[in-house]
Amino acid sequence: MFTPATEAILIPLIPFLLFGIIGLAGRRLPEIFSAFLGIGGILASLLFSLHLSVSYFSEPVQGAFVLKEFFSFPWLNFSENLKISIGLVADPISMLMVVVICSVSLMVQWFSLTYMKGEERFQMYYAFLSLFTGSMLGLVLSSNIFQMYIFWELVGVSSFLLIGFYFQKPSAVAASKKAFIVTRFADLGFLIGILLLSYETQTMEFKGILDYFKSGNFNPEVSGIWMSHSLAAWALVLIFVGAAGKSAMFPLHIWLPDAMEGPTPVSALIHAATMVVAGVFLVGRLFPVYSLFEGVMQLVTWIGVLSSILAAIIAISQTDIKRVLAYSTLSQIGYMMFALGVAGKAGAEAGFTASFFHLFTHAFFKSLLFLAAGAIIHAVHSNEVENMGGLRKQMPIVHWLFLIGCLAISGVPPFSGFFSKEEILLNAWKSQPLVYGFALIGSGLTAFYMFRLFFLVFYNKSHSDVHGHESMGLNFPMLLLAIPAVFAGFVPFSSYVTSTGLPEETHLHLMFSIAPVGIGLLGIGLAYLFYFKQNSLPEQWASKLSGLYKLSRGKFYFDELWRAVYQIGLIRALATPAAWIDKNLVDGGLRMGAEKTLRLGDRVKLIQNGKLQDYVLYFLMGILALILLTLLMIQS
Amino acid sequence: MSFLIPLLIAVPLCSAVANYLVNANSARWIAAISGFIQLVLSILIWKVYADFRAAGETAQFLLTAHYSWFPLWNINLDLGLDGISVTMLIMTSLVVFSASLLSWNVRNDAKLFFSLLNFLSAGAYGFFSSLDLFAMFFFLELAVVPKFLLIGIWGSGEKIASAMKLVLMLMGGSALLLTGLFVVYYGAGGNFSLTELASNRLGREIQLVAFPLLFIGFGVFTALFPFHTWVPDGHSSAPTAGSMFLAGISMKLGAYGCLRVATYLLPDAAVAYSPYVIILSSIAIVYGALATLMQTDLKYMNAYSSISHCGFILLGIGMQTKASILGSVMQMVSHGLMTALFFGAIGLIYQRTHTRKMEEMGGLLKSIPFLSAVFVIAGLCSLGLPGFSGFVSEMTIFVGSWEHSDAFHRVATILAAASIVVTAIYILSAIGKVIFGPIRQASHISLEPASFVEKLGTGVLVVAILFMGLVPFWFTNLISEDARLIMNQFTLLMNP
Amino acid sequence: MNQELLTPLLILSAFLFFTGVYGFVTRRNMISMLMSAELMLNSANINFVAFNKFLYPGKLDGMFFTLFIITIAAAEAALAIAIIIHVYRQTKSIDVKDADQLI
Repeated sequence: MFTPATEAILIPLIPFLLFGIIGLAGRRLPEIFSAFLGIGGILASLLFSLHLSVSYFSEPVQGAFVLKEFFSFPWLNFSENLKISIGLVADPISMLMVVVICSVSLMVQWFSLTYMKGEERFQMYYAFLSLFTGSMLGLVLSSNIFQMYIFWELVGVSSFLLIGFYFQKPSAVAASKKAFIVTRFADLGFLIGILLLSYETQTMEFKGILDYFKSGNFNPEVSGIWMSHSLAAWALVLIFVGAAGKSAMFPLHIWLPDAMEGPTPVSALIHAATMVVAGVFLVGRLFPVYSLFEGVMQLVTWIGVLSSILAAIIAISQTDIKRVLAYSTLSQIGYMMFALGVAGKAGAEAGFTASFFHLFTHAFFKSLLFLAAGAIIHAVHSNEVENMGGLRKQMPIVHWLFLIGCLAISGVPPFSGFFSKEEILLNAWKSQPLVYGFALIGSGLTAFYMFRLFFLVFYNKSHSDVHGHESMGLNFPMLLLAIPAVFAGFVPFSSYVTSTGLPEETHLHLMFSIAPVGIGLLGIGLAYLFYFKQNSLPEQWASKLSGLYKLSRGKFYFDELWRAVYQIGLIRALATPAAWIDKNLVDGGLRMGAEKTLRLGDRVKLIQNGKLQDYVLYFLMGILALILLTLLMIQS
Repeated sequence: MSFLIPLLIAVPLCSAVANYLVNANSARWIAAISGFIQLVLSILIWKVYADFRAAGETAQFLLTAHYSWFPLWNINLDLGLDGISVTMLIMTSLVVFSASLLSWNVRNDAKLFFSLLNFLSAGAYGFFSSLDLFAMFFFLELAVVPKFLLIGIWGSGEKIASAMKLVLMLMGGSALLLTGLFVVYYGAGGNFSLTELASNRLGREIQLVAFPLLFIGFGVFTALFPFHTWVPDGHSSAPTAGSMFLAGISMKLGAYGCLRVATYLLPDAAVAYSPYVIILSSIAIVYGALATLMQTDLKYMNAYSSISHCGFILLGIGMQTKASILGSVMQMVSHGLMTALFFGAIGLIYQRTHTRKMEEMGGLLKSIPFLSAVFVIAGLCSLGLPGFSGFVSEMTIFVGSWEHSDAFHRVATILAAASIVVTAIYILSAIGKVIFGPIRQASHISLEPASFVEKLGTGVLVVAILFMGLVPFWFTNLISEDARLIMNQFTLLMNP
Repeated sequence: MNQELLTPLLILSAFLFFTGVYGFVTRRNMISMLMSAELMLNSANINFVAFNKFLYPGKLDGMFFTLFIITIAAAEAALAIAIIIHVYRQTKSIDVKDADQLI
């Protein structure tokens, strides 16, 4: 019916058009109608994207899945070589992302129908969701790195608008500001990275960039060396800074936990499943280039490891249900990131596959967890786990769904998370055992904090004053998400997504999985001991490990650190002096000049004082001066 | 077709006279209709121009008209357009149309107000389409003097002091400019014609003398650091239409002059002085953005941010690559539209809240959703969000500047790029304080919604910004040939 | 004709002139200033007559000019006294310091 190119265009275009229609119509459109428009649009996009990816994966070129460009048209010509062409491409990871984005977005929009009922700006909510979905789809389909930057900024602004959706809540406004500014700061790195890279390759097309490095034209001597690394390596580092900002890697992660101020379905879509993995996607998109630079890959690996461990430690002591999930998202994205990092080593190339496999499964189980959290918050009207507890009886279905999510994220077989995480650990082992060690600790921590949350919410002490209730409008989309959360692991992922594009066999290493599964079960067991029933164990251990506990509670004080950087570094050291200089030196200089002119005028005015005799004196002096001058001229 | 440009200049002049003859109510109608006619005319001019180009016309300036003015001194009224001036004319007419609509409720002698506004726009059209330096200067002055009255009579705050400051500084710039023009004039043996001066290049020594005079002279209009100090006070004291005009068009007069006169006619000197231009404009960009962070008054905020944004224009001119010049022309148009929209939105909000202090406002999205949305759009455009005009122009400047691979140019580019982070901070803080958050004053709970005229006035600019942001190739196709001709001056220099 | 007599005459004229200047600048009384002005004019007259006599004895230009100046001086004195009287009516003073406004 449609050619692949038309389908590819329609996939992001439909949500964009719906954003325009719903946004312009605003309140004139009945609420339910705008919601159905949004949902119908995303359903259409989902169908197109499924069809497109099926047709893409069924037609490998010489046995490999390659970057396929559907169309491209010049949008902004900078110079003869450099231009932004708006185009769309398909490759395994973009096809994967398109399906994930559309399906999660569909479920979230469906869920929101009940969740957001009666909100004052209901129509705008759907408009912004459509804007986000369209931008995200555009981001993953971009054929040009600059085009990607454009959509990158657009997802940033739609995230800003959605986090600040409850705009009368000061904390939501502050969080939305923080999210945008932190990612903007990181995007500065991305932008300069693009400039450096495109100057090197003289193209902005992904295809051109990849071909340039593949063809071996690259010569670090020619490209220029700065601080003993080639400029191309620096470009990749800077692009990674952008990716780290969007994916909330340490130390740029501070915006993500605060972003939980937005409506919960938004957190499920943007801050768990799609936008935050854009950084992983970006590194994956440029993976063939990244893998040429050992040092940059090390950076990617260790930033990923650091994020996954620190976030897991912080998650243990948080009491806000959404923040725990947010830190767990951070931690899981850390896994994806270092899986990409280790894939640079020969023998561990499957880390690339593992990373995207984890991205795939994580999108489902994490959005499931978030939506379940949303359903709980909807019932309890609070984010704090203290106000929950014993909800198992009131919300049995949500209880089971949440359990599925927790089992998946803890890597318990046969849930989806087990397969992807196992593959990450395997490649980490092959590449760097140290990374493997950290990853193992991380997965134990993951199991512990997830089940801590689970037990605190559904078991432990129960509140008689909470009247939890469930509704099918909320449960049904979650049930649909639970299916892939359970079974997505059985997708033969490596026969579709690999770093080379060549399909590979999937192997399951049963012996290898003993350690990760064991440590996961250990974490679950500990959480059971600590939190299943109300007891004093948590307090005891918190006081025993008070130093670590304080660090974890205080989130390693990164917020304070950044606030200090902002307050002292920017406001006090730069902006205040600038404003002072402007007021006192520049403007003051002008005022002083004006005042001096006035004074001078006052002085000169005195000559014309109306005293006849003074005038005579001036006249005589003038005459004398003229005579002297004449005499001098005659003499010389 | 050569009657089109004189017609475009004549329409506001006629309506300036007509405004003064009728009563206040008719005056605003006349101003609005004349604004609309100017808009239609300028689009018609673009159409005719594009048709000529499509027909393969290769002359640099089209639609020329020639009138002898002072034959004794070889001063003529030479009019003509290239792509750059066409975009400037469209930008001007858009801002003028919107400004006349947004001044619908002006009190105290509305006749004189609209009359002065029309004088300003006539001056701007004349300036952008003149091919004779003296005529250019004449029109520039025509666009300065009415500002004094606009600010002095209809302004707010310390209006007289601000008006004095603005006019004195601009006049100071004009004095430098006139000196520079005479240096050029006598250096060329008594010639003011732009085209002839471009083809018979002046001697290097004369250029070196004339360039600083001309560049600083025009630079004062464009808030060249450190001659920018009229900008904050002038803009914040001016009435809404006055600020729109000042920031939207006036500052572009200077930028256009820096490009068309200082750089195009004096390429050797432009190359010699380019490091200074780059240093000053980078300072303006970063320093303007930092100073904006500390502002608490909305109009001051936008005025300081204009200093930063206009720094981009001068940076693009100073970088002297084709893409950077292209970008700086786009930035002129983009900033003109965007800042006019911003000042318009601020003015309309001020009319309702009676305060411009950010901390005294809050939650306006609830009480005036339309104006708040306009404010947010203007803000997002200002921070360079893709989809709006600011993004494409800034990025073009960055890419153009990046073509120089030495450390000096790179550092300047990175500094300029870093300023967009600061821009994001102050814009989002303003949005967070004014538009979002809880309502802070009881009187702000229910405010008068935007009228149809106000929606039309702001809507025109929003559409223009979106159009430029989404279809930038429309602009590049129109002006890239002219940017190439400007660059040609430099290539001739390198291969004598 | 011996020209030795010229120098003392010129010295006399210079003496008269500077006396006039001194008086004009220092005297407050407008009448005194008018008299000083007369002194300066007359010193010029002496110069004219002296030069005419000793340098161009055959001509009369200097004499005529002297007569001309005397006439002007008379007219000027009349005019000046009229002004002084007018100033006096306004300020009740003929001190020049009081007459510093264009009334």
